[in-house]
Amino acid sequence: MSFTGLRALLPKHDLRALLILAAIIIIVMPLFLDIFRLNLVGKYLTYAFVALGLVLCWGLGGILSLGQGVFFGLGGYCMAMFLKLEASSPEQTAIQSTPGIPDFMDWNQLTELPWFWEPFHSLSFTLLAVIAVPALFAFIIGVAMFKRRVGGVYFAIITQAIAAILTILIIGQQGYTGGVNGITDLRTLLGWDIRTNSAQYILYFINAILLFACLLAAQVIRKSKLGRLLVAMREREDRVRFSGYDVANFKIFVFCIAAVFSAIGGAMFTLQVGFMSPSFVGIVPSIEMVIYCAVGGRLSIFGAIYGTLLVNWAKTIFSESFPELWLFAMGALFIGVVMAFPNGLADLYQSYALPWLKKQRLRLPARLGGVKTPQKTTK
Amino acid sequence: MKISNTPHPPSKLRRRFIKGLITLPATVLLSTMVFAAPPTAEVNTTGLAVTDDTVKVGILHSITGTMAISETGSVQAEKLAIEQINAMGGILGRQIEYTQEDGASDWPTFAEKSKKLLVKDKVAAVFGCWTSASRKAVLPIFEQYNGMLYYPTFYEGLEQSPNVIYTGQEATQQIIAGIDWVVKNKGAKKFFLLGSDYIWPRTSNKIARKHIEKLGLKVVGEEYYPLGHTQFNSVINKIKLKKPDVIYAIVVGGSNVAFYKQLKAAGIDMTKEKPLVLTISVTEDEILGIGGENIVGAYAAMKYFQSLTNDNNEAFVKAFKKRWGDDIVIGDVTQAAYLGPWLWKAAVEKAGSFDIDKIRKASPGLELTTAPEGYVRIHPNHHLWSKTRIGHARSDGQYDIVFETDELIEPDPFPKGYQ
Repeated sequence: MSFTGLRALLPKHDLRALLILAAIIIIVMPLFLDIFRLNLVGKYLTYAFVALGLVLCWGLGGILSLGQGVFFGLGGYCMAMFLKLEASSPEQTAIQSTPGIPDFMDWNQLTELPWFWEPFHSLSFTLLAVIAVPALFAFIIGVAMFKRRVGGVYFAIITQAIAAILTILIIGQQGYTGGVNGITDLRTLLGWDIRTNSAQYILYFINAILLFACLLAAQVIRKSKLGRLLVAMREREDRVRFSGYDVANFKIFVFCIAAVFSAIGGAMFTLQVGFMSPSFVGIVPSIEMVIYCAVGGRLSIFGAIYGTLLVNWAKTIFSESFPELWLFAMGALFIGVVMAFPNGLADLYQSYALPWLKKQRLRLPARLGGVKTPQKTTK
Repeated sequence: MKISNTPHPPSKLRRRFIKGLITLPATVLLSTMVFAAPPTAEVNTTGLAVTDDTVKVGILHSITGTMAISETGSVQAEKLAIEQINAMGGILGRQIEYTQEDGASDWPTFAEKSKKLLVKDKVAAVFGCWTSASRKAVLPIFEQYNGMLYYPTFYEGLEQSPNVIYTGQEATQQIIAGIDWVVKNKGAKKFFLLGSDYIWPRTSNKIARKHIEKLGLKVVGEEYYPLGHTQFNSVINKIKLKKPDVIYAIVVGGSNVAFYKQLKAAGIDMTKEKPLVLTISVTEDEILGIGGENIVGAYAAMKYFQSLTNDNNEAFVKAFKKRWGDDIVIGDVTQAAYLGPWLWKAAVEKAGSFDIDKIRKASPGLELTTAPEGYVRIHPNHHLWSKTRIGHARSDGQYDIVFETDELIEPDPFPKGYQ
């Protein structure tokens, strides 16, 4: 890409925001946090993938999905299935009635591995599935909904129903999925112990790099014609349609992208936390993920990441300090942010921090004795 | 949250004063017990949060979310035990301080908080978890960082971790004696098994079915419903059709309320015992929600009931009510949670050290004669030897104990022939 192309993609203030975020995540956090806290930040950042997807889908495209946990879960479960199979070698599971299958299957009287688990012996298939399964699922939902012009509140309700259905399915089919316990006790990735400190550092950086890759992809979409069309659709869908665009296809595309982002987050979550459970798939986590995005600012890709970090960090700190009251503190935080800044923290930056910075810059040359800037308030 | 639980911090003055009295024979015993604290370097070689006069432990239960109602009793029991131990002079001359964390009824949160307790706070032991799912979530963390968890709930078995002491019953300890009793005393021949749909009820019913079939009797139905399910009319109709002698019910949580109310509304009078209801999932805590009048006449197989009459239990119930209020009830799990700190104390004192590896070595064979349930002993498989008791539900929400096994029942988390 030429320099001007790059400039168009990342205007000055976006570039600055990107560099600041990169400095915080890649340099400051690993330097100042111990591995326990860093691992927690890594966990929070996996939710940031979801929030990022929501900025595209909801902030830009106006499609509110209350079921992003579904895709987070699908990505996470694909990864967990691979890791669980690796942790269930016949030697490690010799105590079971049927060695060589995951422990929870043995508890549920299964005697052989179900067919859909078989391909997850392969890492390359798993990595493909992490992306493809949620994308395909989102595509089916998208085609079914958007082609029939289902949108707005109805779409939100349907995504929520899908989240509920998938949770019930996972819990009900516990012999195949681990049920309400989830898939636990994941240890190694191709023989590499993912629970050690060094592995957690490496996973943190892989996670950060993937996040920035998604961030750049989101920025490309935002700055492209597609991005402008999405905004146009959000504001006046029929006008875009009358201009000859197939609105449904754009919606399907952006919904699939959001799903893929969520799934990458889910897979990284499984790797860093060491298990996956249906409590990430249901309605409550899906709504929580929308809140991260709302607190950060649903129009800003950077805001969404800060929002996710802030909400989760607050959740951890409040609940450590006030185990009996922390939920109230969280509630207060949400109400406060939504009342004061309807567009989230990004709004705070846009309306207060940025003007202040500009003012400082105008003053700076004056102070340095350079070009005199006309000042209205000169006495 | 850091709460210091030292009603009387052992001041230097007091220590000197008591040392002055050392000539009195009675205080010799007391002072060696309470104040002859061995140096920290000796009792803590692995960097746990132990100082010269304190030791830190963790309490990890849900105090928010759907499980809070069940886990509150365990938190109260653990705090009471810790306070009582502190009042007696603590452990190895050290007062116990606890750090409480909220698992928020969310398994990943349990994992995060357990890691925090072990890695950041370096607690010497953790008392906590309730559901199997939360235990499964924290288990790899306890094994990786070599912590020690005292887990209070009766559960499905199939697990034996070097980093967990299971103070509740595994499935066979609750099931087999209960079924034997209804067969012998009530002439039961046909059973209908029913439960919430997750690992504990399913595994328990599997054991129950195998045992019933071994006795040459019949299971006429087996049904599962999702957690939180509230429509039991169809299963109640099936029960009426199949006419079992025993409804073996392992319904958990809020579903219990709907199940027993609908059972009563459908005209099944549990006091007539046709069919008889036998449950392993309803303690005094659950009856608070169900309402005693809706479950009167049902039988429950547990190891502990609040109405148990022995000196230990009377003292325990009195202390519990004094600490947490008169209207409180105490269920099986609450009592098991109360055992946790005491068993830990016994293990530390036997080992003469807070080191996890030494506690693990000291634990098998440890006895507790002061347990409210009577007497318990730790088996080498980290579960407790305990009795099975059958309670008959009264309308006031308590149970009359109608039977208890003569012997302690050996814990067997991997029962041969029942898997």
